[in-house]
Amino acid sequence: MRARTIVPALVLLLFAALPLLTQAFDQRYLLSVGTRIVIWSIAAVSLNMILGYGGLVSFGHAAFFGIGGYAVGILSAEGIESGWLQWPVALLAAIIWAAIVGALSLRTRGVYFIMITLAFAQLVYYLSSGLEAYGGDDGLNISRSRFGLIDLRDKASFYWLCFALLCASLWFCSRFAVSRFGNVIRGAKSNELRMTALGFPVFRYRLVAFIIAGALGGLAGILLANDGAYVSPAMMSWVKSGDLIVIVVLGGIGALYGPLWGAIAFFALEEFLQPILDLMHKGWGEYWQIVFGPMLVLVALHARGGIDSLLGRADD
Amino acid sequence: MEVLIQILNGVQLGLLMFLLAAGLTLTFGIMDLVNLAHGSLYMMGAYIAWTFIGWTGSFVLGALLALPATFVLGMLVEIVVMRRLYARDHLDQVLATFGLILFFNELVRAVWGPDGKSIAVPGFLSHTIQILPGVPYPAYRFALIAAGAIVAILLAWLVARTRMGMLIRAGASNRRMIAALGVNIELLFTLVFGLGAAFAGLAGLMAAPIASVRIGMGDDILIVAFVVIVIGGIGSIKGAFVAAMLVGQIDIAGRAFLPDLLKTFLSPASASAAAPAISQVLVYVLMAGVLVWRPTGLFGQRP
Amino acid sequence: MTEPLLSTSSLVKRFGGLVATDDVSIDVEAGEIHALIGPNGAGKTTLVGQLTGNVRPDSGTIHFDGRDITRLPTHARVRLGLARSFQITSVLRDFRAIDNVALAVQAHLGHSFRFLRDARNERALRERAWAGLKAVGLDERAGVLAAALSHGEQRQLEIAMALAGDPKLLLLDEPMAGMGAEESRDMVHFLRGLKGKRAMLLIEHDMDAVFALADRVTVLVYGRAIATGTPAEIRANAEVRQAYLGEAVA
Repeated sequence: MRARTIVPALVLLLFAALPLLTQAFDQRYLLSVGTRIVIWSIAAVSLNMILGYGGLVSFGHAAFFGIGGYAVGILSAEGIESGWLQWPVALLAAIIWAAIVGALSLRTRGVYFIMITLAFAQLVYYLSSGLEAYGGDDGLNISRSRFGLIDLRDKASFYWLCFALLCASLWFCSRFAVSRFGNVIRGAKSNELRMTALGFPVFRYRLVAFIIAGALGGLAGILLANDGAYVSPAMMSWVKSGDLIVIVVLGGIGALYGPLWGAIAFFALEEFLQPILDLMHKGWGEYWQIVFGPMLVLVALHARGGIDSLLGRADD
Repeated sequence: MEVLIQILNGVQLGLLMFLLAAGLTLTFGIMDLVNLAHGSLYMMGAYIAWTFIGWTGSFVLGALLALPATFVLGMLVEIVVMRRLYARDHLDQVLATFGLILFFNELVRAVWGPDGKSIAVPGFLSHTIQILPGVPYPAYRFALIAAGAIVAILLAWLVARTRMGMLIRAGASNRRMIAALGVNIELLFTLVFGLGAAFAGLAGLMAAPIASVRIGMGDDILIVAFVVIVIGGIGSIKGAFVAAMLVGQIDIAGRAFLPDLLKTFLSPASASAAAPAISQVLVYVLMAGVLVWRPTGLFGQRP
Repeated sequence: MTEPLLSTSSLVKRFGGLVATDDVSIDVEAGEIHALIGPNGAGKTTLVGQLTGNVRPDSGTIHFDGRDITRLPTHARVRLGLARSFQITSVLRDFRAIDNVALAVQAHLGHSFRFLRDARNERALRERAWAGLKAVGLDERAGVLAAALSHGEQRQLEIAMALAGDPKLLLLDEPMAGMGAEESRDMVHFLRGLKGKRAMLLIEHDMDAVFALADRVTVLVYGRAIATGTPAEIRANAEVRQAYLGEAVA
């Protein structure tokens, strides 16, 4: 139990200090990796809410990335650069999309649900690649959102904003997990029929959870768009949705800090598999996914509680 | 008759989709397995065929060799990975098969290189035939329709009239029961999976002269295949056929007629950019509509 | 004579060619224990399904507490006071016993769109959950994961969860299933204690329990209710003896 409190605290502390550390050791590249880890963690937290806690295998979560990002991107391209205007609109777009997809998909079960969420994400993907005015397949370069208070072009400021939002997401998730609402969502994952028989209109609660998760995913998309000053349909390809699921499962389903562990592990693998393979044999590094793919198979077959379970048993 | 040609194109696409969807709906229905890597088998079929066609110099010979190769590959995948996934929940299956997709894509890149390959339309089919006086249609596409139809009929016969087909239908409706009947379930599953892989590979190699052979070619079409089986009802071959035909027609009709329709109120540039996107969207709209009316698809099992 | 608490009127349900529920009209008075018996395949489960809202009848109506609930979804019926326990134990296995009951209580105490407050600190939920566990004798096992409870304890937990919402009518689907002799006796004793305060529709195969508890009994054979009456009347009924009891009482 001790590890369970100490490790997250240390890691968060490390992340909080990252800009200072990378400055001190002149490792600016690490800061950009760190930023991406933080942003993806936020996305993973949002997916963890419905997938980890709720048991809803949504294979279209990257769509929220895209919607948040494109909303900001399109507004930016049209000359509306104020973040105060862009971000609420982007969040609203994500919420609306989540409401529509949720209303249609949550009535289906199991495999159908996976497929229909995937299909909806594909829909958005194709729509965005058809938007010639906004870059189509090639994507769109945009300028970052403007807020009077901070300059998002400053890497450290932007990082700290993302980190603050990650902390807020984690805080919300921790409250959600033990709240009345969270109980319903978790109960429905455990035994949906029972929850209905207890008197809970499960569909309604799941829809609300789906919308919240979608909004948070949209926020991650907004941050992603600002990170690279770029949006493209690739943001919401089904591969990205798959990557998100990998991150959540790797980190630990339904564990509070699971998304953080998963994102760190995922990016670490990407960064390190290549040089390791190159060390073994020159030129092999390029094909690191030949190793990564089977690794995922092994994780699926053997990693019951994800990285989080390495920290010892969770205490209720 | 432009319309007739497009209808035929729709039939051709529909049959291709059916080949892909049939294997998928079988593994779903009988083994309750979410297999995202089915598109990879489609891709492998095309690449393996490209290699054999290169060796033998003949399209037909290459194709005939590629089919059993894909069948064997499918069985290998089943034995090594899939059979460990049957008992797992769908999330684990999604994760594992997602890993397989990455693996196969990289494998193809390593073995065949990053550039796409092309397979030429076989010489004896590169002319056009007159299906009606004054209406020429590419012979190859016609051959596709013929081949697809033959396979569909064969599959229907297999499922309806043979012992294996009976086991498949029984398994689709009650998995535990056929195990209790003393049937060698493991072998049945391996064979069914291999068959599905062979169909997928066949679709891949048949589509190759028209579409191209490239890394990840199966991934996008896989999603449409999933949409097809969701519309048709998971586990139902009949459903897969009907849905595939529907989707084929809608997709082609959308591509063919939508640009002109859009040009009536959009600029030509926007119209030709928006059209493919919208025609893709139509298929998903169809799926959403079907699911609202019948949550388990047109011919799916009612829960 | 007051209106019965629950009544069905000419309920019919077909599955393809099979008539699972054949023009069934039964009723349950407030406070009574009404047993539903019949051989396997008689359609008891289908009938229960229609009462709870999991199965849509082809024709006929269901009234509860003065309202037509035929088209009402399951969760809404529960909110009206119609609770059920499952034949195959269906508790929340990943939750502790106390959390199972607390959740059952939560369903009846306002809405659950609360995101920030820790539900474990809600005094009202806690107290009623404890009381519910105590009533079925599970208070010692409150902190145990439901999956770790014995079969009999899980059945008790089922009942506690069904009772948590203070239901007017309790639908008990084979509560004695899988229980040993002593556990069954305890359950009968417990259910008898509830008599009068709540109405119960009891589906059971255990004849001793049925005759010990029931005020009235309805016999279902091939989807039809062939007789309704007091246990004594049913025992004496020739048609019933021939169709069903003859086998059990031999």
